[in-house]
Amino acid sequence: MIVGWAGFCIVPWYGIEDGFFSFAWLFEGFPFDGDVAPGLFLVLQGEKLWLAPIIPFLAGPLLAVGKKRDDQAYATILILCGALGFAWLIAQGFSIGIRGWQLGWLETLFGPLGDRQFGMGYGGLLVATAFLFFFTQGIAARGAVNGDIFVVGAIGFVIAIVTIFVFYPILNMLASAFITQDNTYSIVVFVEKFTDRRLWGLGCLSGGRCGAAWNSLILAILVGALTTILGLIFALVVTRTGFRFKRSLRAMTVLPIITPPFVIGLAIILLFGQSGTITRFVADLIDVTPGRWVYGLPGVLIAQLLAFTPIAFLVLIGVVEGVSPSMEEAAQTLRANRWNTFRTVSLPLMRPGLANAFLLGFIESMADFGNPLVLGGNFDVLSTEIFFAIVGAQYDQGRAAVLALVLLAFTLGAFYAQRFWLGKKSYTTMTGKGDSGVHPLLPSGLSIPVLLVAGIWTVFTATIYMMIIYGSFVELWGVNNDLTFKHYLTAFAMKFGEEGIRWTGSAWDSFWTTLQIAAMAAPLTAIVGLVTAYLLTRQNFAGKNAFEFGTMLSFAIPGTVIGVSYILAFNVPPIEITGTGIILVVSFIFRNMPVGVRAGIASMSQLDKSLDESSLTLGANSWQTFLNVILPLLKPAILAALVYSFVRAMTAISAVIFLVSADYNMATSYIIGRVENNDYGLAIAYSTSLIVVMLAAVGLLQILVGRTNVGRRMSQSRTNLAETP
Amino acid sequence: MTLTGNQNAASVSFRGVTKIYGTDVRAVDDISVDIAAGTLVTLLGPSGCGKTTTLRLIAGLEMSSSGTIKIGDKDVTNLPATDRDVSMVFQSYALFPHMTVLENVSYGLKFSGFRKAETRERAEAGLNLVGLSGYGDRLPSELSGGQQQRVAVARALVLEPQVLLFDEPLSNLDAKLRRQVREEIREIQQNLGLTVVYVTHDQEEALAVSDRIIVMNNAVIAQDGTPRELYDAPANRFVADFIGEANILDCTVLTITGDVADVRIGQYELRLPSSGLEPGKAFIGIRPNRIELHEADRDNSIAGTILRQTYVGKHLEFTLATDHGEMFATTGDVNSPLSTGDTVSITFASGGPVLLAD
Repeated sequence: MIVGWAGFCIVPWYGIEDGFFSFAWLFEGFPFDGDVAPGLFLVLQGEKLWLAPIIPFLAGPLLAVGKKRDDQAYATILILCGALGFAWLIAQGFSIGIRGWQLGWLETLFGPLGDRQFGMGYGGLLVATAFLFFFTQGIAARGAVNGDIFVVGAIGFVIAIVTIFVFYPILNMLASAFITQDNTYSIVVFVEKFTDRRLWGLGCLSGGRCGAAWNSLILAILVGALTTILGLIFALVVTRTGFRFKRSLRAMTVLPIITPPFVIGLAIILLFGQSGTITRFVADLIDVTPGRWVYGLPGVLIAQLLAFTPIAFLVLIGVVEGVSPSMEEAAQTLRANRWNTFRTVSLPLMRPGLANAFLLGFIESMADFGNPLVLGGNFDVLSTEIFFAIVGAQYDQGRAAVLALVLLAFTLGAFYAQRFWLGKKSYTTMTGKGDSGVHPLLPSGLSIPVLLVAGIWTVFTATIYMMIIYGSFVELWGVNNDLTFKHYLTAFAMKFGEEGIRWTGSAWDSFWTTLQIAAMAAPLTAIVGLVTAYLLTRQNFAGKNAFEFGTMLSFAIPGTVIGVSYILAFNVPPIEITGTGIILVVSFIFRNMPVGVRAGIASMSQLDKSLDESSLTLGANSWQTFLNVILPLLKPAILAALVYSFVRAMTAISAVIFLVSADYNMATSYIIGRVENNDYGLAIAYSTSLIVVMLAAVGLLQILVGRTNVGRRMSQSRTNLAETP
Repeated sequence: MTLTGNQNAASVSFRGVTKIYGTDVRAVDDISVDIAAGTLVTLLGPSGCGKTTTLRLIAGLEMSSSGTIKIGDKDVTNLPATDRDVSMVFQSYALFPHMTVLENVSYGLKFSGFRKAETRERAEAGLNLVGLSGYGDRLPSELSGGQQQRVAVARALVLEPQVLLFDEPLSNLDAKLRRQVREEIREIQQNLGLTVVYVTHDQEEALAVSDRIIVMNNAVIAQDGTPRELYDAPANRFVADFIGEANILDCTVLTITGDVADVRIGQYELRLPSSGLEPGKAFIGIRPNRIELHEADRDNSIAGTILRQTYVGKHLEFTLATDHGEMFATTGDVNSPLSTGDTVSITFASGGPVLLAD
């Protein structure tokens, strides 16, 4: 409550133009200058009268201070003040746009506005938070979720931020697909844009060009299917053959996480491009002119396969190992030979994993922006089309929104297709107790081709990564193959002058920004993710399923869609953060939150619930339980979420490309800029440096997790004991 | 059709079978045993004693490191599971979750060269036998634990295997259901004349269902005999301790005359079958219900004090302090006047105590 008053009386109500973290306002006419004054002073000076109604709502809870918690009035006051205050804030925020009053009757009521209203600043933020917690506290007092203030507050908080930063932008984008030139809504515009030939054209069947939607769909299905097959092959190699280098294969799975998304595209150009090594070699051999065959579907497909196969492997290895050996042994004692066992038992039991791997490959391919941009040529896909609709000469937000909607429809469609395919059959091993035994080896008719494919693909992947490193030292690929440090110098030169180190390299700006943003986003992502996971695994409340769906939604939404929807939604008050660092941080939090949630759920479900219950019965409340019992046992999950979100924030491109500004340029968008100028050497050098930095980050994680391992194993064995009947 | 007497039932024979994991972990160490056709034999022992490994060696899920394994007259030592005429009920049941109950039961028949109609007929007969006809279209996840267990039994039964193996089949059932299911298994085994090898760590279960029990400890056979032999005449300390409850006391064998030994525990002297022991230090095992307590002083007895007396409904339990350590005794006489603190004279019922080697 104090926070609410402080927000209203002390800190500036509106966003400060210098940026969120600047404190210059303390010296510039505070607290009376209209730009930086707190809400209270604005009202007293008669400037922004519409803020006045906030006062009673803030004052209301003062009445409740003296009352007991179980008093009906206590809860009622808090709920009313919280809900009405929050509603008023939102209403006033939306009703005053950039050009003054949004609705005519308000203008007649308050008179025309001289000035626009800026986005919410500290004051607004704090007041909104206060209202939110009044509300949740009131509900808790009413007895929701056992009257637990912390849990209700946390649920309210997560719902509020997910609504603001996931649902609101998406719905906003949906609306803007229907907006005409003169700002009225019309279904005609949508239909017109939706039926565009560039989107749905089938020209490629008759030798021309196909629409971007078809291209995306075909590409995504191919990538999904092929990555699933390759991932399965690698998973089988690791678990069901006598293969010896399993650890190094697992290490491979780290690669796609730390590789900036378009780097593989660059390496493919170095190999197969017009002046690529292999293209030249083959061209000389069979005496044809080197062509540009790699630009288009083949190139994008190869690049995405390289990038996403490890992800499919990661999904499938768990599933392939998870098939209970007893099942396979049972099949063998029932007279099924190895091949029949594999065909009728092992493979069907892997179906959920296969479906998940396909879905991931499909979504990743749909959302991928870097590779199609670098390698696409005339092969238009949705994600790049969206980009060009926003930044290109056409500047057509409506078209971008329509394209984004099509993209979103495809991914959500894939989600439902997966559900449908899996049906209601059960694939989980029941009564998991006492599953000893080992997985049988693959039938030899299968293991030979499997090993062969895995071997070829591994060599290919290794070659690609070698090319990346090698390419960063080459003067000008294919023209002048001398080795040089030139690219690194251009990017990362520094001078030791009198006033210390001067960062003169062209890449330093974006590099530091990236590090800074990633470092800010990572802990926030981990916190939001783990709190959400805690709520999902440990608490029961009405609407939990919808809650889970909401938090996972941003995972299914391609980054390009997030990017577009964010600039559409947050370009105007009440939340005006486009062009700032905040929008980048926020987008990373909500892009990567699902991973934190999943990691948290996975390790929390390993901790027996009796642990929290014993803590609760020993007199701790749920916040103290979370802090003292759950959190220490979750260290590995926390670290995983931290590093994952840090690394993803450094390599992300699809959403970022829309959100960067001159002040806040990220490494990836800087590199894309270089690529567009055909400055491959610098781009690859920069990417290589990023890979090294992130490898260091991942290595650090390994060390830290290794150290906490003992504690976790203890907790696991304790859990196992608890489960033994 | 119904499943009737099984003509396939075959004997199992181990000759010097050893299984070594890694380089030097002996899970089964030089075991030789014969299991007669049509009998139910239990492998009993604490966890890690090698009983499950022995079972898996019969199934062909593990290959022996040395020795020969025969099923019937056929040497199967090097045959994999698929090619042995053996089927197994797993501890976790290992029902295929993606198949219906009927598909699960038909699974093995599909690979045994039966025609479609016959497969279905046999599968339904199998379900009928375990009392689950009408459940064929359900998924295993829609059945209770006990029903799942029966499906697993039916799935193994319908193949009419030479040997049927059970790996702790009752460990996932609750106590009441256990008694019922084990009786059903025994009934089916006897009606169909099956050879069954059954692994359990629950000695009560073993005593109840078996024709013969093989007690294993530390990868070797500790004793092999009928339930009664094991209970009344354990061959060594381990078996006496493991099967039922037993007090084990130090004693001295004074003289051996033929098959009879004169034995002394402190002041208490008694004559027992010699169990092939030599004079010298030995152990004596006595079941709690074979201990007699007397209020009055007796000459030839052990003196003791009652530390605790516990009423458990159908009998009384006493914990006694003696010069030879604590002893545990029970009596069916729930109206016994003895209570905590009383001094008593302890004697053993005739035929109760057994001489044990170490």
